Amino acid sequence: MKRAVFSNPWLPILILSPQLAIIAVFFYWPAGFAIQSSFFLQDPFGFGSTFVGVSNYTDLFASSEYLRVAWFTIIYTVLVTFFSLAIALLLAVKADNVLRGAKTYRTLLMWVYAIAPPVAGLMGVMLFDQSTGPITELFGAFGWDFRLGVNYWDTATAMIIVAVWKQVPVNFIFFLSGLQSIPRSVREAALIDNRSASGRFWDVIFPLLAPTAFFLLIINITYALFDTFGVIDTLVKGEPGNNPMTLVYKVFIDGFRGNDLGGSSAQSVVLMVLVLILTIVQFRMMERRIHYT
Amino acid sequence: MSLKTLLAAGLLTGALATPAVAQTEITWWHAMGGQLGESLNQIAENFNASQDDYFVTPVFRGTYEETLTAGIAAFRAGEQPNIIQVFDAGAATVIGAEGAVIPVEEMMASNGVDFDINDYISGVRYFYADADGTMIGMPFNSSTPVLYYNEAALEEAGVSAPTTWEEFQDVTGPALRDAGYIPLAQSHLPWIFTENFFSRHDLQFASNNNGYEGLDTEIMVNHPAIRSHFEALVRWQDEGLFSWYGTGWGDNQQPFQQGEVAMWLGSSASWGGLLETTDFPFSATMLPYWEAVNPEPTQTFIGGAALFAMAGHSDDENAATAAFFEYLASAEAQYDWHTATGYVPITQAAYELATERGHYEEFPAAEVAINQLTLPAGEFTRGYRMGFYVQIRDVMNREYGRILTDETDVDSAFEAIEEEANRLLARFAQTQG
Repeated sequence: MKRAVFSNPWLPILILSPQLAIIAVFFYWPAGFAIQSSFFLQDPFGFGSTFVGVSNYTDLFASSEYLRVAWFTIIYTVLVTFFSLAIALLLAVKADNVLRGAKTYRTLLMWVYAIAPPVAGLMGVMLFDQSTGPITELFGAFGWDFRLGVNYWDTATAMIIVAVWKQVPVNFIFFLSGLQSIPRSVREAALIDNRSASGRFWDVIFPLLAPTAFFLLIINITYALFDTFGVIDTLVKGEPGNNPMTLVYKVFIDGFRGNDLGGSSAQSVVLMVLVLILTIVQFRMMERRIHYT
Repeated sequence: MSLKTLLAAGLLTGALATPAVAQTEITWWHAMGGQLGESLNQIAENFNASQDDYFVTPVFRGTYEETLTAGIAAFRAGEQPNIIQVFDAGAATVIGAEGAVIPVEEMMASNGVDFDINDYISGVRYFYADADGTMIGMPFNSSTPVLYYNEAALEEAGVSAPTTWEEFQDVTGPALRDAGYIPLAQSHLPWIFTENFFSRHDLQFASNNNGYEGLDTEIMVNHPAIRSHFEALVRWQDEGLFSWYGTGWGDNQQPFQQGEVAMWLGSSASWGGLLETTDFPFSATMLPYWEAVNPEPTQTFIGGAALFAMAGHSDDENAATAAFFEYLASAEAQYDWHTATGYVPITQAAYELATERGHYEEFPAAEVAINQLTLPAGEFTRGYRMGFYVQIRDVMNREYGRILTDETDVDSAFEAIEEEANRLLARFAQTQG
């Protein structure tokens, strides 16, 4: 690779400085502040503050509720990521084969992307409503007494469906463009070697899609962990009660609803560490197996 | 148009839009949306029109929790409003932070406004007061849980509204069920079936005199009486006498409005809204009690919220706040608020005015809450004061929900609530150290 060298060593720093300043102000400073307040218990109004060492952390891991929320977050993230990717991939492969009206079809599939998570959540509230929701009635027709906000797993089901529905279009766009960038010659060569469509897909097309899929995997895990906040908030109507929630939502509930700044900060720090580990694992373990063309 | 006319027009509109020069402006953050918000704005307008010295601007800040959090953030940034509405569960947070608010009594005294705590009706008087009985927050919108019932449904079933839970269990509930109704629903398990369960039966809810006299408070929620109440609820749910529609307030109120549920436990302040949304005759009665627990039931706690004067403002602005509080406590203003919303009138004078004008002859249900709040007081009926109480309520909601969806049993749920609540209380005590 060609190496570009700046003659003045300060120039690159100068060019980078706006970006660095933004990162420092909006990421490192709050992160540092969260780490600091996670070792204190403080009065919400800022009058009293007691140094408590690591007890905010030990309290967290001693709390069965926190572990329950963590466990749900894992299940939720795995399911949302898997279904968003799988459904989007299926739709993209099918859309790739459509010849007539392809543009309309694709636009319709991408449409949902423009909907904000809280709006998606509100639509979920209406569709899954206990007494008037059409989806509730549909489930009822199959003998499933679906009760949003009452039954833990019913609420979880609604959260997962809404979150997946909201994310499929993004994945679809990426998968489709990934599919279309696969050279025709490769497909034709594969067609000569293997007559089975699914065989060709798994042996040739899918490995070539791997860079896209890997990128989407990271994006989707982050989405399920952090960006589904609006969906959860609207579906539990701001008061989780006995309903499931994710770790990020719990940070909000304890910090902004309950005014427990120390405990909430400790939870944010735990999440920061989690994201750090996740990123390292993903890039170390998985990127090696992926071949970029 | 020339520049001069533009300037003149600008100056003119400016002069019209801003109130007269000498007025002191204050802001009031509140959590009253919808119909309640409109009634609240009307109060502010009436106050502004009633005099020329002060101008109060109400600002809607979302739910009770959001309003409190916004107020705290604003205080830390030095931008706090003059008046903030804080709800019952947030009272310990705001009263615990000494220096964040100026006690109402002090505010009134230093601005030469007459104030006598005995003007306030007895159930309202001490909830937002400190251990010595000094009123800190002004109990602006006070409600209490009452039992609403669909008169047509009760008539159809041939029963009257129950006074005790025994009566509900043996007579009212089964009759309503057989008439094709879901007999009972409620909207707030921590408020109606926990806090007010304790006050209605005069049971101690927390150590340190329900938390008023110290920070090392422990909750005493794991009481046999309330455990058997929840066991009854589970039984009623199985027998079709009770239905639970989740933690959300509205989700439980809706089936009553739609006529599926015959009796609903809600807030006395739901009354104004129910009048608009129901098309059947309804009335209200006092919160039922267990005769076996206490044959002489006592008054309930108030719910709703109080207004707190936040510290850090000029004397002029504080004078405006005191004047506004004086106006709010006036019989006329309280009468308007009470009749429009269903919140109880907070002073004896306002109650008498409403009686005089025949409000209770027209709407007997509107008097139920006041009667309930003026029942004999008990040792533990003045209120409760616990820190991180919003989270404690969240723990209750979670465990109660799990009881009612068969994910846990009553005994382990109450053990969990007790343990988690006490840990939260201990943490809160540390924040104050």
